[in-house]
Amino acid sequence: MNSLPLALTVFVACAVEAVEALTIVLAAGLTREWRSTFQGMAAALVVLAATVAVLGPALTLVPLTALRLVVGALLAVFGLQWLRKAILRASGYKDLHDEGAIYARQVAAANAAGRESRRGVHDWYAFTLAFKGVLLEGLEVVFIAITFGDSQGNLGVAAAAAAAAVLVVAVIGIAVRAPLSRVPENTMKFAVGIMLTSFGVFWGAEGAGVSWPGNDAALLALVPVIALVAVGYVALLRRGRAGPGRAAVPPMERTPA
Amino acid sequence: MIRWLRSFGAFWYDFVIGDDWRGAAVVAVALALTALLVHVASVNAWWLLPTAVIGALGWSLRRATAGKS
Repeated sequence: MNSLPLALTVFVACAVEAVEALTIVLAAGLTREWRSTFQGMAAALVVLAATVAVLGPALTLVPLTALRLVVGALLAVFGLQWLRKAILRASGYKDLHDEGAIYARQVAAANAAGRESRRGVHDWYAFTLAFKGVLLEGLEVVFIAITFGDSQGNLGVAAAAAAAAVLVVAVIGIAVRAPLSRVPENTMKFAVGIMLTSFGVFWGAEGAGVSWPGNDAALLALVPVIALVAVGYVALLRRGRAGPGRAAVPPMERTPA
Repeated sequence: MIRWLRSFGAFWYDFVIGDDWRGAAVVAVALALTALLVHVASVNAWWLLPTAVIGALGWSLRRATAGKS
């Protein structure tokens, strides 16, 4: 398979996660202090690097068919979760993901928390906030990059796409010093949900022994079909929600004020 | 130790499966059926998993929105 769809999917998925991590890091750094925030980030990156160092080589030892079955199942389940949330958001049943609002909540909590030094860290709250944020979002980045890369036998491209996404978001974040609320995150999450589900279904079925009609080209049909179904579900839910005389449901992305 | 294991398991459950375990169950059953059809009945059941996933998504959405419109 061409490595472009792999790279693009991993890049967009990881960029979404990096935007979320950036919001938390900025809230900790700008509200509390940067030193402890950087220490928290560094500790999380060490844990993530250890995870990659253990998981990456271990997965290459698993036979490809078994790997695709397990990874496909995991990705299909993980993708379904993303897609379900994205459809509920797009149809107005769930609040849109709003980095500005999340940042405001994190800042309020960071301002309210007391200051405490622990284990050589000056501000324990900033440390743990940055550590948890980077670790949790980073685990999703690692999960997506390793599963996509190993299943496609192209871990290098997946890792490069993930690293590029994190780097781009970090550079933009340093430049603007504010949460990236203008990034069309809800639309990106919708697209990523479609891709994760499609690749999961493709690899899972292949791992179960299926031969796809057209081999890898089946993905060119699978992705649009899943996308059409997702858009169809949004339309159905919107129609059910709006009903006669009800207010219109919100659009996919908020219009910047 | 048990508390740590429990929270570790809860984290991974929430991370992969999330709010609705039924989607994961449908994927697992569909994959098992696909493997059975392919290896036992020699049926190239490529259509089974996509159909099951589309159905599971609709079912999950219906459950999530029931009574909310």
